[in-house]
Amino acid sequence: MSAFPPTRHSAVVAIRSQDPEERSRGYDAIVAAYWRPAYIHLRHRWAAAPEDARDLVQGFFADAFEKGTLERFEPGRARFRTWLRVCLDGYAGHAREAATALKRGGGWTRLALDFDGAERIAGELQAPGGDPDEAFRREWARSVLEGALADLSSWAAERGHDTAFRMFLTVDVESDGGARPTYEELAQAHGLPVTTVTNHLHRMRREFRRAALERIRALTLDEQEFRDEARALLGEDPA
Amino acid sequence: MKTPDDATVARLQRILDTPELGDGRYELGERIGAGGMGVVHVGLDRRLGREVAIKFVRPGALAASDVARLRREALLLARLEHPGIVPVHDLGELPEGGVFLVMKRVRGRGLDEVVQGGVPLGERLRLFLQLADTIAFAHAAGVLHRDLKPANVMVGTFGEVLAMDWGVARVVAGSDATTEAQPATPGGGPPGTSAGTVIGTPGWMAPEQARGDAISSGVRMDVFGLGRVLGMLLDAPGPAGAAARTPPAPLRSIARRATAEAPGERYPGVPEMAAEVRRFLDGERVLAHHETPAERIRRVLAPHTIAIVLIGAYVLVRALLFAINRR
Repeated sequence: MSAFPPTRHSAVVAIRSQDPEERSRGYDAIVAAYWRPAYIHLRHRWAAAPEDARDLVQGFFADAFEKGTLERFEPGRARFRTWLRVCLDGYAGHAREAATALKRGGGWTRLALDFDGAERIAGELQAPGGDPDEAFRREWARSVLEGALADLSSWAAERGHDTAFRMFLTVDVESDGGARPTYEELAQAHGLPVTTVTNHLHRMRREFRRAALERIRALTLDEQEFRDEARALLGEDPA
Repeated sequence: MKTPDDATVARLQRILDTPELGDGRYELGERIGAGGMGVVHVGLDRRLGREVAIKFVRPGALAASDVARLRREALLLARLEHPGIVPVHDLGELPEGGVFLVMKRVRGRGLDEVVQGGVPLGERLRLFLQLADTIAFAHAAGVLHRDLKPANVMVGTFGEVLAMDWGVARVVAGSDATTEAQPATPGGGPPGTSAGTVIGTPGWMAPEQARGDAISSGVRMDVFGLGRVLGMLLDAPGPAGAAARTPPAPLRSIARRATAEAPGERYPGVPEMAAEVRRFLDGERVLAHHETPAERIRRVLAPHTIAIVLIGAYVLVRALLFAINRR
Protein backbone atom coordinates (compact mmCIF):
# COMPACT_ATOMS: atom_id res chain seq x y z
CA MET A 1 0.00 0.00 0.00
CA SER A 2 1.58 3.24 -1.07
CA ALA A 3 1.33 6.29 1.09
CA PHE A 4 1.79 10.00 0.82
CA PRO A 5 5.52 10.47 1.00
CA PRO A 6 7.00 12.21 2.75
CA THR A 7 5.10 12.58 6.00
CA ARG A 8 4.46 16.25 6.56
CA HIS A 9 6.39 17.90 9.31
CA SER A 10 4.47 20.09 11.67
CA ALA A 11 4.28 23.65 10.38
CA VAL A 12 3.67 24.70 13.99
CA VAL A 13 7.12 23.34 14.81
CA ALA A 14 8.68 24.80 11.65
CA ILE A 15 7.70 28.41 12.44
CA ARG A 16 9.92 28.18 15.53
CA SER A 17 12.92 27.09 13.52
CA GLN A 18 16.16 29.06 13.57
CA ASP A 19 16.53 28.31 9.88
CA PRO A 20 14.83 31.22 8.03
CA GLU A 21 13.82 29.02 5.09
CA GLU A 22 12.29 26.38 7.32
CA ARG A 23 10.47 29.09 9.28
CA SER A 24 9.19 30.67 6.09
CA ARG A 25 7.94 27.31 4.82
CA GLY A 26 6.12 26.81 8.10
CA TYR A 27 4.38 30.17 7.72
CA ASP A 28 3.47 29.34 4.12
CA ALA A 29 1.70 26.17 5.27
CA ILE A 30 -0.13 27.98 8.05
CA VAL A 31 -1.23 30.79 5.77
CA ALA A 32 -2.45 28.27 3.19
CA ALA A 33 -4.63 26.55 5.79
CA TYR A 34 -5.85 29.57 7.71
CA TRP A 35 -6.12 32.60 5.44
CA ARG A 36 -9.67 31.85 4.32
CA PRO A 37 -11.03 31.01 7.80
CA ALA A 38 -9.35 34.25 8.93
CA TYR A 39 -10.95 36.25 6.12
CA ILE A 40 -14.43 34.87 6.77
CA HIS A 41 -13.99 35.37 10.50
CA LEU A 42 -13.14 39.03 9.92
CA ARG A 43 -16.08 39.48 7.58
CA HIS A 44 -18.54 37.99 10.04
CA ARG A 45 -17.24 38.49 13.54
CA TRP A 46 -15.79 41.94 12.88
CA ALA A 47 -18.23 42.87 10.11
CA ALA A 48 -15.24 44.11 8.12
CA ALA A 49 -15.87 45.27 4.56
CA PRO A 50 -14.34 42.96 1.92
CA GLU A 51 -11.47 45.38 1.16
CA ASP A 52 -10.69 45.86 4.85
CA ALA A 53 -10.84 42.13 5.51
CA ARG A 54 -8.34 41.50 2.70
CA ASP A 55 -5.95 44.07 4.11
CA LEU A 56 -6.39 42.74 7.61
CA VAL A 57 -5.62 39.16 6.54
CA GLN A 58 -2.50 40.28 4.67
CA GLY A 59 -1.48 42.54 7.52
CA PHE A 60 -2.13 39.91 10.19
CA PHE A 61 0.07 37.24 8.64
CA ALA A 62 2.79 39.76 7.79
CA ASP A 63 2.71 41.07 11.35
CA ALA A 64 2.73 37.56 12.81
CA PHE A 65 5.74 36.64 10.67
CA GLU A 66 7.59 39.80 11.64
CA LYS A 67 6.85 39.67 15.37
CA GLY A 68 6.68 35.90 15.82
CA THR A 69 3.24 36.12 17.42
CA LEU A 70 2.13 32.65 16.40
CA GLU A 71 5.35 31.09 17.69
CA ARG A 72 4.36 31.97 21.24
CA PHE A 73 1.65 29.30 21.10
CA GLU A 74 1.55 27.14 24.27
CA PRO A 75 0.08 23.71 23.48
CA GLY A 76 -1.00 23.01 27.06
CA ARG A 77 -3.28 26.05 27.14
CA ALA A 78 -5.13 25.92 23.85
CA ARG A 79 -5.08 24.47 20.39
CA PHE A 80 -3.07 26.23 17.73
CA ARG A 81 -6.26 27.01 15.82
CA THR A 82 -7.71 28.75 18.85
CA TRP A 83 -4.47 30.61 19.48
CA LEU A 84 -4.38 31.86 15.90
CA ARG A 85 -7.95 33.13 16.16
CA VAL A 86 -7.20 34.90 19.43
CA CYS A 87 -4.17 36.55 17.82
CA LEU A 88 -6.29 37.53 14.84
CA ASP A 89 -8.93 39.09 17.08
CA GLY A 90 -6.22 41.00 18.92
CA TYR A 91 -4.76 42.24 15.67
CA ALA A 92 -8.15 43.23 14.27
CA GLY A 93 -8.98 45.07 17.49
CA HIS A 94 -5.77 47.09 17.36
CA ALA A 95 -6.22 47.79 13.66
CA ARG A 96 -9.73 49.03 14.27
CA GLU A 97 -8.50 51.31 17.04
CA ALA A 98 -5.88 52.71 14.72
CA ALA A 99 -8.58 52.98 12.05
CA THR A 100 -6.19 51.55 9.56
CA ALA A 101 -5.27 48.19 8.23
CA LEU A 102 -1.59 47.63 8.73
CA LYS A 103 0.41 46.65 5.72
CA ARG A 104 3.83 45.62 6.74
CA GLY A 105 6.69 43.96 4.95
CA GLY A 106 9.50 42.60 7.13
CA GLY A 107 10.62 39.97 4.64
CA TRP A 108 7.06 38.82 4.00
CA THR A 109 5.74 39.40 0.51
CA ARG A 110 2.11 40.26 -0.07
CA LEU A 111 0.29 37.01 -0.73
CA ALA A 112 -1.65 36.06 -3.81
CA LEU A 113 -4.83 34.73 -2.25
CA ASP A 114 -8.19 34.00 -3.85
CA PHE A 115 -10.20 36.54 -1.90
CA ASP A 116 -12.95 36.55 -4.50
CA GLY A 117 -13.52 32.85 -3.86
CA ALA A 118 -13.51 33.45 -0.11
CA GLU A 119 -15.98 36.29 -0.54
CA ARG A 120 -18.36 33.96 -2.36
CA ILE A 121 -18.28 31.61 0.65
CA ALA A 122 -18.67 34.51 3.07
CA GLY A 123 -21.75 35.56 1.12
CA GLU A 124 -23.26 32.08 1.29
CA LEU A 125 -22.81 31.81 5.03
CA GLN A 126 -25.43 32.96 7.47
CA ALA A 127 -25.52 36.59 8.44
CA PRO A 128 -23.23 37.64 11.32
CA GLY A 129 -24.53 36.64 14.72
CA GLY A 130 -23.79 32.90 14.62
CA ASP A 131 -21.11 31.33 16.79
CA PRO A 132 -17.82 32.83 15.51
CA ASP A 133 -15.79 29.91 16.88
CA GLU A 134 -17.94 27.44 15.00
CA ALA A 135 -17.72 29.49 11.81
CA PHE A 136 -13.93 29.60 12.16
CA ARG A 137 -13.78 25.84 12.73
CA ARG A 138 -16.04 25.17 9.76
CA GLU A 139 -13.89 27.28 7.43
CA TRP A 140 -10.74 25.69 8.76
CA ALA A 141 -12.25 22.23 8.04
CA ARG A 142 -13.22 23.33 4.54
CA SER A 143 -9.68 24.57 3.97
CA VAL A 144 -8.13 21.29 5.22
CA LEU A 145 -10.47 19.14 3.13
CA GLU A 146 -9.86 21.23 0.03
CA GLY A 147 -6.10 20.86 0.57
CA ALA A 148 -6.48 17.10 1.03
CA LEU A 149 -8.42 16.88 -2.24
CA ALA A 150 -5.63 18.79 -4.00
CA ASP A 151 -3.05 16.42 -2.47
CA LEU A 152 -5.04 13.42 -3.64
CA SER A 153 -5.31 14.88 -7.13
CA SER A 154 -1.51 15.31 -7.32
CA TRP A 155 -0.93 11.87 -5.87
CA ALA A 156 -3.27 10.24 -8.40
CA ALA A 157 -1.78 12.19 -11.32
CA GLU A 158 1.78 11.17 -10.40
CA ARG A 159 0.81 7.49 -10.34
CA GLY A 160 -1.44 7.40 -13.35
CA HIS A 161 -4.63 6.91 -11.30
CA ASP A 162 -6.56 9.64 -13.07
CA THR A 163 -9.49 7.37 -13.86
CA ALA A 164 -9.78 6.30 -10.24
CA PHE A 165 -9.60 9.92 -9.09
CA ARG A 166 -12.25 10.94 -11.60
CA MET A 167 -14.52 8.16 -10.31
CA PHE A 168 -13.92 9.32 -6.76
CA LEU A 169 -14.92 12.86 -7.69
CA THR A 170 -18.03 11.62 -9.49
CA VAL A 171 -19.26 9.29 -6.75
CA ASP A 172 -18.09 10.85 -3.51
CA VAL A 173 -17.53 14.54 -4.13
CA GLU A 174 -19.70 15.90 -6.88
CA SER A 175 -22.89 13.88 -6.67
CA ASP A 176 -25.33 13.41 -3.88
CA GLY A 177 -28.10 10.90 -3.17
CA GLY A 178 -30.15 9.92 -6.21
CA ALA A 179 -27.84 11.61 -8.73
CA ARG A 180 -24.95 9.34 -7.75
CA PRO A 181 -24.11 6.73 -10.41
CA THR A 182 -24.03 3.10 -9.32
CA TYR A 183 -20.83 1.07 -9.45
CA GLU A 184 -22.35 -0.90 -12.33
CA GLU A 185 -23.01 2.29 -14.32
CA LEU A 186 -19.47 3.48 -13.70
CA ALA A 187 -18.06 0.11 -14.75
CA GLN A 188 -20.05 0.25 -17.96
CA ALA A 189 -19.04 3.83 -18.67
CA HIS A 190 -15.35 3.05 -18.24
CA GLY A 191 -15.41 -0.47 -19.68
CA LEU A 192 -14.12 -1.97 -16.43
CA PRO A 193 -15.27 -4.82 -14.18
CA VAL A 194 -17.32 -3.73 -11.15
CA THR A 195 -14.66 -5.12 -8.83
CA THR A 196 -12.11 -2.74 -10.36
CA VAL A 197 -14.44 0.21 -9.76
CA THR A 198 -14.87 -0.92 -6.15
CA ASN A 199 -11.10 -1.23 -5.71
CA HIS A 200 -10.48 2.17 -7.28
CA LEU A 201 -12.96 3.87 -4.96
CA HIS A 202 -11.68 2.07 -1.88
CA ARG A 203 -8.14 3.15 -2.66
CA MET A 204 -9.09 6.77 -3.33
CA ARG A 205 -11.11 7.02 -0.12
CA ARG A 206 -8.28 5.49 1.84
CA GLU A 207 -5.74 7.87 0.33
CA PHE A 208 -8.07 10.82 0.86
CA ARG A 209 -8.32 9.95 4.55
CA ARG A 210 -4.57 9.68 4.72
CA ALA A 211 -4.12 13.04 2.98
CA ALA A 212 -6.55 14.78 5.33
CA LEU A 213 -4.88 13.37 8.42
CA GLU A 214 -1.46 14.38 7.09
CA ARG A 215 -2.80 17.91 6.69
CA ILE A 216 -3.98 17.88 10.29
CA ARG A 217 -0.64 16.51 11.41
CA ALA A 218 1.06 19.45 9.73
CA LEU A 219 -1.09 21.94 11.63
CA THR A 220 -0.71 20.51 15.11
CA LEU A 221 2.06 20.19 17.61
CA ASP A 222 1.46 16.97 19.52
CA GLU A 223 -0.58 13.77 19.47
CA GLN A 224 -3.38 15.04 21.68
CA GLU A 225 -3.87 18.17 19.60
CA PHE A 226 -3.76 16.05 16.46
CA ARG A 227 -6.52 13.79 17.74
CA ASP A 228 -8.66 16.69 18.92
CA GLU A 229 -8.30 18.43 15.59
CA ALA A 230 -9.07 15.22 13.71
CA ARG A 231 -12.37 15.13 15.59
CA ALA A 232 -12.93 18.81 14.91
CA LEU A 233 -12.45 18.10 11.22
CA LEU A 234 -15.39 15.71 11.45
CA GLY A 235 -17.56 18.45 12.87
CA GLU A 236 -17.04 17.88 16.58
CA ASP A 237 -15.17 20.34 18.72
CA PRO A 238 -14.57 18.81 22.12
CA ALA A 239 -12.63 21.86 23.39
CA MET B 1 -10.55 22.58 -8.37
CA LYS B 2 -13.23 24.85 -6.95
CA THR B 3 -13.67 25.43 -3.24
CA PRO B 4 -15.98 22.76 -1.77
CA ASP B 5 -19.41 24.00 -0.73
CA ASP B 6 -21.12 22.93 2.50
CA ALA B 7 -22.76 19.85 0.94
CA THR B 8 -19.41 18.71 -0.47
CA VAL B 9 -17.69 19.30 2.86
CA ALA B 10 -20.33 17.09 4.51
CA ARG B 11 -19.72 14.34 1.95
CA LEU B 12 -15.96 14.54 2.46
CA GLN B 13 -16.43 14.38 6.23
CA ARG B 14 -18.52 11.25 5.78
CA ILE B 15 -15.68 9.63 3.83
CA LEU B 16 -13.27 10.52 6.61
CA ASP B 17 -15.54 9.00 9.19
CA THR B 18 -16.27 5.75 7.37
CA PRO B 19 -13.61 3.10 6.85
CA GLU B 20 -13.64 0.36 4.24
CA LEU B 21 -14.44 -2.94 5.93
CA GLY B 22 -12.25 -5.17 3.81
CA ASP B 23 -13.52 -8.45 2.41
CA GLY B 24 -17.01 -7.22 1.58
CA ARG B 25 -18.92 -9.47 3.96
CA TYR B 26 -20.33 -6.46 5.78
CA GLU B 27 -21.96 -3.46 4.22
CA LEU B 28 -21.92 -0.25 6.22
CA GLY B 29 -25.18 1.67 6.58
CA GLU B 30 -26.16 4.83 8.40
CA ARG B 31 -24.49 5.94 11.62
CA ILE B 32 -26.60 5.23 14.70
CA GLY B 33 -24.27 6.30 17.48
CA ALA B 34 -20.97 7.97 18.26
CA GLY B 35 -18.84 8.43 21.32
CA GLY B 36 -15.46 9.86 22.08
CA MET B 37 -13.62 6.89 20.63
CA GLY B 38 -15.98 4.76 18.62
CA VAL B 39 -18.71 5.08 16.06
CA VAL B 40 -21.58 2.64 15.58
CA HIS B 41 -23.21 2.08 12.23
CA VAL B 42 -26.04 -0.14 11.23
CA GLY B 43 -24.68 -2.78 8.86
CA LEU B 44 -25.68 -5.73 6.73
CA ASP B 45 -24.05 -9.13 7.05
CA ARG B 46 -24.29 -10.20 3.42
CA ARG B 47 -23.36 -13.79 4.17
CA LEU B 48 -26.17 -14.34 6.65
CA GLY B 49 -28.49 -11.69 5.26
CA ARG B 50 -29.13 -10.06 8.61
CA GLU B 51 -28.86 -6.58 10.00
CA VAL B 52 -26.08 -5.99 12.53
CA ALA B 53 -24.47 -3.11 14.40
CA ILE B 54 -20.85 -2.36 13.50
CA LYS B 55 -18.62 -0.45 15.86
CA PHE B 56 -15.17 0.86 15.00
CA VAL B 57 -12.65 3.46 16.03
CA ARG B 58 -13.14 6.57 13.93
CA PRO B 59 -10.54 6.65 11.16
CA GLY B 60 -9.94 10.32 11.90
CA ALA B 61 -8.95 9.56 15.46
CA LEU B 62 -7.21 6.23 14.98
CA ALA B 63 -4.71 5.57 17.73
CA ALA B 64 -3.12 2.35 18.86
CA SER B 65 -4.63 2.66 22.33
CA ASP B 66 -8.16 3.05 20.94
CA VAL B 67 -7.76 0.03 18.70
CA ALA B 68 -6.49 -2.05 21.59
CA ARG B 69 -9.41 -0.88 23.69
CA LEU B 70 -11.97 -1.91 21.10
CA ARG B 71 -10.30 -5.28 20.60
CA ARG B 72 -10.39 -5.76 24.34
CA GLU B 73 -14.04 -4.82 24.51
CA ALA B 74 -14.83 -7.51 21.93
CA LEU B 75 -12.96 -10.20 23.86
CA LEU B 76 -14.56 -9.12 27.10
CA LEU B 77 -18.09 -9.13 25.68
CA ALA B 78 -17.49 -12.56 24.19
CA ARG B 79 -17.06 -13.95 27.69
CA LEU B 80 -20.18 -12.26 29.04
CA GLU B 81 -23.14 -14.23 27.71
CA HIS B 82 -26.21 -12.71 29.31
CA PRO B 83 -29.60 -11.48 28.03
CA GLY B 84 -28.70 -8.01 29.34
CA ILE B 85 -25.50 -7.75 27.33
CA VAL B 86 -25.42 -7.27 23.56
CA PRO B 87 -23.71 -10.31 22.00
CA VAL B 88 -20.68 -9.89 19.74
CA HIS B 89 -20.85 -11.79 16.46
CA ASP B 90 -17.48 -11.01 14.96
CA LEU B 91 -14.25 -9.07 15.30
CA GLY B 92 -12.75 -7.89 12.01
CA GLU B 93 -9.55 -6.19 10.91
CA LEU B 94 -9.73 -2.92 9.01
CA PRO B 95 -7.46 -2.75 5.95
CA GLU B 96 -6.24 0.67 7.12
CA GLY B 97 -5.36 -0.62 10.57
CA GLY B 98 -7.61 -1.09 13.53
CA VAL B 99 -10.53 -3.37 14.17
CA PHE B 100 -14.29 -3.40 13.96
CA LEU B 101 -16.83 -5.13 16.13
CA VAL B 102 -19.93 -6.74 14.71
CA MET B 103 -22.73 -6.96 17.25
CA LYS B 104 -26.39 -7.77 17.39
CA ARG B 105 -28.47 -4.86 16.14
CA VAL B 106 -30.55 -3.76 19.10
CA ARG B 107 -33.69 -1.78 18.47
CA GLY B 108 -34.76 0.30 21.38
CA ARG B 109 -34.34 3.57 23.21
CA GLY B 110 -32.05 4.94 25.86
CA LEU B 111 -33.18 4.44 29.47
CA ASP B 112 -33.38 8.19 30.10
CA GLU B 113 -35.54 8.68 27.03
CA VAL B 114 -37.86 5.85 28.05
CA VAL B 115 -38.48 7.09 31.58
CA GLN B 116 -38.88 10.73 30.55
CA GLY B 117 -42.00 9.61 28.71
CA GLY B 118 -43.72 8.93 32.04
CA VAL B 119 -43.39 5.44 33.51
CA PRO B 120 -44.97 4.21 36.80
CA LEU B 121 -42.55 3.84 39.70
CA GLY B 122 -42.95 0.07 39.90
CA GLU B 123 -42.03 -0.30 36.23
CA ARG B 124 -39.01 2.00 36.68
CA LEU B 125 -37.82 -0.17 39.55
CA ARG B 126 -38.25 -3.32 37.48
CA LEU B 127 -36.09 -1.76 34.75
CA PHE B 128 -33.51 -0.94 37.40
CA LEU B 129 -33.51 -4.50 38.75
CA GLN B 130 -32.91 -5.92 35.27
CA LEU B 131 -29.88 -3.65 34.91
CA ALA B 132 -28.65 -4.53 38.39
CA ASP B 133 -28.92 -8.25 37.66
CA THR B 134 -26.81 -7.79 34.50
CA ILE B 135 -24.12 -5.88 36.35
CA ALA B 136 -24.14 -8.45 39.17
CA PHE B 137 -23.61 -11.16 36.55
CA ALA B 138 -20.64 -9.25 35.09
CA HIS B 139 -19.16 -8.85 38.58
CA ALA B 140 -19.53 -12.57 39.20
CA ALA B 141 -17.59 -13.09 35.97
CA GLY B 142 -14.90 -10.73 37.26
CA VAL B 143 -15.74 -7.71 35.10
CA LEU B 144 -16.36 -4.12 36.23
CA HIS B 145 -18.30 -1.85 33.87
CA ARG B 146 -16.97 1.49 35.26
CA ASP B 147 -19.12 3.77 33.13
CA LEU B 148 -22.70 3.21 34.22
CA LYS B 149 -25.05 6.00 33.20
CA PRO B 150 -28.46 6.20 31.52
CA ALA B 151 -26.87 6.85 28.13
CA ASN B 152 -25.19 3.45 28.40
CA VAL B 153 -28.43 1.62 29.18
CA MET B 154 -30.86 0.69 26.47
CA VAL B 155 -34.41 -0.62 26.70
CA GLY B 156 -35.20 -2.96 23.82
CA THR B 157 -38.44 -3.38 21.93
CA PHE B 158 -39.56 -6.20 24.23
CA GLY B 159 -38.74 -4.31 27.40
CA GLU B 160 -35.37 -5.99 27.85
CA VAL B 161 -32.72 -3.82 29.53
CA LEU B 162 -29.24 -3.87 28.03
CA ALA B 163 -26.00 -2.58 29.55
CA MET B 164 -24.07 -1.03 26.66
CA ASP B 165 -20.57 0.31 25.99
CA TRP B 166 -18.11 -1.86 27.85
CA GLY B 167 -15.19 0.06 26.34
CA VAL B 168 -13.65 1.01 29.69
CA ALA B 169 -14.65 -2.17 31.54
CA ARG B 170 -11.97 -3.98 33.45
CA VAL B 171 -11.32 -7.60 34.28
CA VAL B 172 -10.43 -8.07 37.92
CA ALA B 173 -9.05 -10.98 39.86
CA GLY B 174 -11.44 -13.36 41.52
CA SER B 175 -15.18 -13.22 41.19
CA ASP B 176 -18.36 -12.93 43.18
CA ALA B 177 -18.48 -9.37 44.39
CA THR B 178 -14.81 -8.70 44.80
CA THR B 179 -14.73 -5.71 47.08
CA GLU B 180 -11.08 -4.79 46.79
CA ALA B 181 -10.35 -5.53 43.17
CA GLN B 182 -6.94 -6.25 41.78
CA PRO B 183 -6.11 -6.40 38.09
CA ALA B 184 -6.23 -10.01 36.90
CA THR B 185 -3.34 -9.50 34.53
CA PRO B 186 -1.20 -6.59 33.44
CA GLY B 187 -3.56 -6.34 30.49
CA GLY B 188 -6.64 -6.49 32.68
CA GLY B 189 -7.64 -2.93 31.93
CA PRO B 190 -7.99 -1.01 28.72
CA PRO B 191 -4.94 0.87 27.48
CA GLY B 192 -4.55 4.23 29.08
CA THR B 193 -6.33 3.21 32.25
CA SER B 194 -3.43 2.90 34.58
CA ALA B 195 -3.54 4.51 38.00
CA GLY B 196 -4.05 8.23 37.70
CA THR B 197 -6.14 8.05 34.54
CA VAL B 198 -9.70 9.28 34.95
CA ILE B 199 -12.12 6.63 33.69
CA GLY B 200 -15.86 7.25 33.56
CA THR B 201 -18.21 10.13 32.89
CA PRO B 202 -18.28 13.32 34.98
CA GLY B 203 -21.51 13.53 36.90
CA TRP B 204 -21.94 9.76 36.99
CA MET B 205 -18.59 8.36 38.05
CA ALA B 206 -17.66 7.59 41.65
CA PRO B 207 -15.55 10.17 43.53
CA GLU B 208 -12.54 7.83 43.57
CA GLN B 209 -12.79 7.49 39.78
CA ALA B 210 -12.76 11.27 39.43
CA ARG B 211 -9.55 11.24 41.47
CA GLY B 212 -7.97 8.85 38.99
CA ASP B 213 -8.47 5.67 41.03
CA ALA B 214 -10.66 3.46 38.89
CA ILE B 215 -9.60 0.15 40.42
CA SER B 216 -9.32 -0.09 44.18
CA SER B 217 -12.98 0.26 45.15
CA GLY B 218 -13.87 -2.67 42.89
CA VAL B 219 -17.55 -3.45 42.51
CA ARG B 220 -18.46 -0.54 44.78
CA MET B 221 -17.55 1.69 41.87
CA ASP B 222 -20.40 0.19 39.85
CA VAL B 223 -22.64 0.27 42.93
CA PHE B 224 -22.10 4.04 42.88
CA GLY B 225 -23.03 4.20 39.16
CA LEU B 226 -26.17 2.17 39.82
CA GLY B 227 -27.01 4.47 42.72
CA ARG B 228 -26.87 7.44 40.36
CA VAL B 229 -29.02 5.64 37.82
CA LEU B 230 -31.54 4.77 40.57
CA GLY B 231 -31.60 8.44 41.61
CA MET B 232 -32.36 9.45 38.02
CA LEU B 233 -35.16 6.88 37.85
CA LEU B 234 -36.69 8.15 41.09
CA ASP B 235 -36.68 11.74 39.78
CA ALA B 236 -38.26 10.77 36.47
CA PRO B 237 -41.85 11.83 35.91
CA GLY B 238 -44.74 9.46 36.51
CA PRO B 239 -47.38 8.69 33.88
CA ALA B 240 -49.20 11.61 32.30
CA GLY B 241 -52.25 12.60 34.32
CA ALA B 242 -51.03 10.97 37.53
CA ALA B 243 -50.45 13.26 40.49
CA ALA B 244 -46.78 14.18 40.99
CA ARG B 245 -45.48 12.26 43.99
CA THR B 246 -42.29 12.49 45.96
CA PRO B 247 -40.31 9.25 45.64
CA PRO B 248 -40.65 7.04 48.73
CA ALA B 249 -38.03 7.81 51.37
CA PRO B 250 -36.74 4.20 51.60
CA LEU B 251 -35.79 4.29 47.91
CA ARG B 252 -34.01 7.59 48.45
CA SER B 253 -32.11 5.93 51.28
CA ILE B 254 -31.02 3.10 48.97
CA ALA B 255 -29.74 5.55 46.35
CA ARG B 256 -28.02 7.59 49.09
CA ARG B 257 -26.20 4.60 50.53
CA ALA B 258 -25.15 3.41 47.07
CA THR B 259 -23.66 6.81 46.27
CA ALA B 260 -21.88 7.35 49.59
CA GLU B 261 -18.64 9.33 49.22
CA ALA B 262 -16.58 6.61 50.94
CA PRO B 263 -16.64 3.28 49.05
CA GLY B 264 -16.76 1.37 52.37
CA GLU B 265 -20.10 2.97 53.26
CA ARG B 266 -21.74 1.80 50.05
CA TYR B 267 -23.39 -1.60 49.54
CA PRO B 268 -20.68 -4.26 49.35
CA GLY B 269 -22.08 -5.53 46.08
CA VAL B 270 -24.86 -5.15 43.53
CA PRO B 271 -26.90 -8.15 44.80
CA GLU B 272 -27.17 -6.50 48.23
CA MET B 273 -28.38 -3.27 46.63
CA ALA B 274 -30.86 -5.08 44.39
CA ALA B 275 -32.15 -7.03 47.40
CA GLU B 276 -32.99 -3.73 49.08
CA VAL B 277 -35.06 -2.60 46.10
CA ARG B 278 -36.83 -5.96 46.07
CA ARG B 279 -37.51 -5.57 49.80
CA PHE B 280 -39.20 -2.26 49.08
CA LEU B 281 -41.29 -3.78 46.29
CA ASP B 282 -42.30 -6.64 48.62
CA GLY B 283 -43.33 -4.26 51.38
CA GLU B 284 -40.48 -5.29 53.64
CA ARG B 285 -38.23 -2.99 55.62
CA VAL B 286 -35.37 -1.44 53.67
CA LEU B 287 -32.25 -1.90 55.77
CA ALA B 288 -30.62 1.36 54.66
CA HIS B 289 -33.62 3.37 55.83
CA HIS B 290 -34.39 4.36 59.45
CA GLU B 291 -38.16 4.10 59.60
CA THR B 292 -40.29 6.41 61.67
CA PRO B 293 -43.19 4.71 63.57
CA ALA B 294 -45.65 6.28 61.11
CA GLU B 295 -43.70 4.91 58.14
CA ARG B 296 -43.59 1.49 59.75
CA ILE B 297 -47.36 1.45 60.30
CA ARG B 298 -47.99 2.59 56.73
CA ARG B 299 -45.64 -0.06 55.35
CA VAL B 300 -47.11 -2.87 57.45
CA LEU B 301 -50.66 -1.91 56.61
CA ALA B 302 -50.09 -1.13 52.93
CA PRO B 303 -50.52 -4.73 51.67
CA HIS B 304 -53.82 -4.95 53.55
CA THR B 305 -55.36 -1.73 52.29
CA ILE B 306 -58.38 -3.38 50.69
CA ALA B 307 -59.12 -5.52 53.73
CA ILE B 308 -58.80 -2.50 56.00
CA VAL B 309 -61.16 -0.47 53.81
CA LEU B 310 -63.69 -3.31 53.72
CA ILE B 311 -63.54 -3.84 57.46
CA GLY B 312 -63.84 -0.10 58.03
CA ALA B 313 -66.86 0.08 55.75
CA TYR B 314 -68.40 -2.90 57.51
CA VAL B 315 -67.89 -1.35 60.95
CA LEU B 316 -69.29 1.97 59.74
CA VAL B 317 -72.43 0.35 58.31
CA ARG B 318 -72.93 -1.67 61.49
CA ALA B 319 -72.53 1.50 63.55
CA LEU B 320 -75.08 3.33 61.42
CA LEU B 321 -77.57 0.44 61.67
CA PHE B 322 -77.04 0.31 65.41
CA ALA B 323 -77.68 4.04 65.71
CA ILE B 324 -80.85 3.83 63.57
CA ASN B 325 -82.22 0.89 65.59
CA ARG B 326 -81.62 2.78 68.86
CA ARG B 327 -84.00 5.51 67.69
